[in-house]
Amino acid sequence: MTATTAVTAPAVSGAAGPARPAGPAARAHRRARLRRTALPYLLLAPALITFGVFKAYPIVDSLLLSFTTGSGPAARPAGLANYRRLLDDPLFWTALRNTGEILVVQVPLMLGLALLLAVGINSTLVRWRAVWRLGVFMPAVTGLVATGVMFAFLLKRDDGAVNWLLHAVGLPSVDWLGQPFWARMSVVLVLTWHYTGYNAVIYLAGLQSVPKELYEAAMVDGAGAVRRFTAITVPALRPVLLFTVVLSTIGTLQLFDEPYVLTGGGPDNASLTVSMYLYQNGFRYFDFGYASAIAYALTLLVAVLGAVQMRLMGEKDG
Amino acid sequence: MNPKNLRGWPLTFLLAGLTGLSVAPFYWLLVSVTRKDTEIFDWPPHLLPGGGLGDNLHRLDQRIGLLRVLGNSLLVAGVQTLGALVVALLAGYAFAKFRFRGRTLLFALLLSTLVVPEQVVLVPLFRMMTDFGLLDSYRAIILPGLCVPFAVFLMRQSLSSLPDELLDAARVDGAGEFRVLWNVVVPVMRPVLAALSIFLFLGSWNQFVWPLIALRSPDMHTLPVALATLYGNQSTTDYGAILSGTALSTLPMMVLFLVLQRQFISGLLAGATKG
Repeated sequence: MTATTAVTAPAVSGAAGPARPAGPAARAHRRARLRRTALPYLLLAPALITFGVFKAYPIVDSLLLSFTTGSGPAARPAGLANYRRLLDDPLFWTALRNTGEILVVQVPLMLGLALLLAVGINSTLVRWRAVWRLGVFMPAVTGLVATGVMFAFLLKRDDGAVNWLLHAVGLPSVDWLGQPFWARMSVVLVLTWHYTGYNAVIYLAGLQSVPKELYEAAMVDGAGAVRRFTAITVPALRPVLLFTVVLSTIGTLQLFDEPYVLTGGGPDNASLTVSMYLYQNGFRYFDFGYASAIAYALTLLVAVLGAVQMRLMGEKDG
Repeated sequence: MNPKNLRGWPLTFLLAGLTGLSVAPFYWLLVSVTRKDTEIFDWPPHLLPGGGLGDNLHRLDQRIGLLRVLGNSLLVAGVQTLGALVVALLAGYAFAKFRFRGRTLLFALLLSTLVVPEQVVLVPLFRMMTDFGLLDSYRAIILPGLCVPFAVFLMRQSLSSLPDELLDAARVDGAGEFRVLWNVVVPVMRPVLAALSIFLFLGSWNQFVWPLIALRSPDMHTLPVALATLYGNQSTTDYGAILSGTALSTLPMMVLFLVLQRQFISGLLAGATKG
C-alpha cells in the first residue's frame, strides 16, 4: 500500500457532497474513501477467515452432528437419539459425578490456599516476598502432560516420593492412583499444585490495588485482622474472586490432560471425566454424533454454572 | 530486633513451606533425570544429582527421536505464536481504531466463542482435516490456533487506550495505514505484544488434546504427545527416558520464566485484568 492514502478523510469529508464533483481530485478522493472503508475489513480478514473456518463452522457443525448417527457417508439423521442415550448412559453419569467431585473439592481448596498465599505475600511483615511469589508461580509454567507424568511417578504406591514423605512424618502410605477415591484426589492434588500460585498472583495484583488508607483507618477504629480481612480485603477482591471462581470451574469441567496422563481415567473409571469420555467416544469408537452430543452437554453445563456463579457473586455490584 | 519484625516470622515460615511444596517436584525431577534408571525409585529418594543424565537422554533420543520432536514443538509453537500475534494485532487494531458496519456484531461473535469449551470443535476439526487431507501435518495443528479470540480481545483493549492523535500525526505526515501500524503502533505496544506472545507460546508449546488427535506418526509428534505416548506405552517403563523428556519440556519454559518474569506474569495474568 502506498504512502499517499490520504486518510485524513474526516477533515475533508464535508467537501464530498451529493453533487459528486468531477475532476481528478475528486476521483482520487473517492478512491481514498473507498480504501478507508475497505481497510478495517482488510485488517480483519485474517482473523475472520481463520475464525470462520476453524471456530465458527466447527461449532455449528458439531451441533448438527449431535443430531446424527453413524459416521462418514453412512451418517443419517437421528433426531434427539444421542441426547436421549446420554441421559440413560451410566458411564456418562459416572464421568459427570467424578468431574463434579473433583470440582467441588478442588476449586475451594485451591482458591482458599491461593488467597492465603496472596495475603501472606502481600504482608509487609513477611521477608523475601519476591522469592515466594516467584516460587509459587513456577508450577503454572509447566505443561499439563509434564505435570501429569511427574506426579504419576511422585505418587507411586510402593516407591513414590510422596508416600516416602508421608512415612517420614509417621503417616501410612496411600495407594494414590490405585484406589477410586484417591485417584480423584490425586487429580485434585495435581490441579492444586499447578494452579494455586497462578491464582495467588492474580489475587496479589488485586490486593495491591486496595488503598492502604482503608486498612489504616480500620486499625484506628480498632478492627482486628480478621475483621479487616472480611470487611476490606474480600469485598475489594470480589471481581477478581468471581473471575477466578468462574475460570477454575470452567477449566475443571473441561478437565482432560491431567487424568489422561495420571490415571487414564481409572481405576475402573473412577477418575473418568466428561472430556475424557467425549474423547473416547469420538476418537476411540469414532462415534462422532455421540461425542458431539457430549460436547454440547458440556457446553450447556459450562454456560449454566458460569451464569449461576456470576449471578450469585456479582449481584451486589448492580 | 523490634517486635514488629518478629511477628512476621511465622508467616514467613509458612510461605517458605508452601513455596517449598511448589518447587519440590521440580527439584525431584532435576535430581531424577541425572540418576540411573535403577536409582530413580530408591527408598529414601536421592537428594543429590548422579551421573546418569547422558545415558537417559540417549535412550530418550532412541525412543522418540529427540531432535525431531523438539523441532516439531518449536516449529509449531513458533509459527503459531507469530501468526496468532499478527492476526490479533490487525484485528484488534481494526476493532479499536475504525468505525465500520458490523463492528459490534463481529466483535460480539468473536467473544461469544470464549465460553464454548475447546472440546466442541475437536470432532468437526478432525473431520475437516481428514477431508482436506491434512491429518498428521503441521498445518493441521497450526491453522486452528491462528485466531485466538482472547488475543484479539486483549489487543483491542490495549489499543483502545492508544491516543488517536498519535496515529493522526503520522497520517498527516503522509504515512500509509500499514506504515502507521508498523512504525507507530507496534513500538508503543511492545510490552503488550511481549506479554501476549509469551501467553501464546506457552499455550502452544503445551497444547495436547488436539495434537494427540491430529498427529498420527511418531515423526510428527510434538513433545507433549511424544511424552504421553511414551509414558502410556506400558511395555516400556523406561523411567529415566520418560523423566528426561519431562524435564526437557519443562526446563526451557522455566529458564524463560526466570529471565522474563515480569512479561510472563503479565502475559499469564492478561486475562485477569479488568477489560
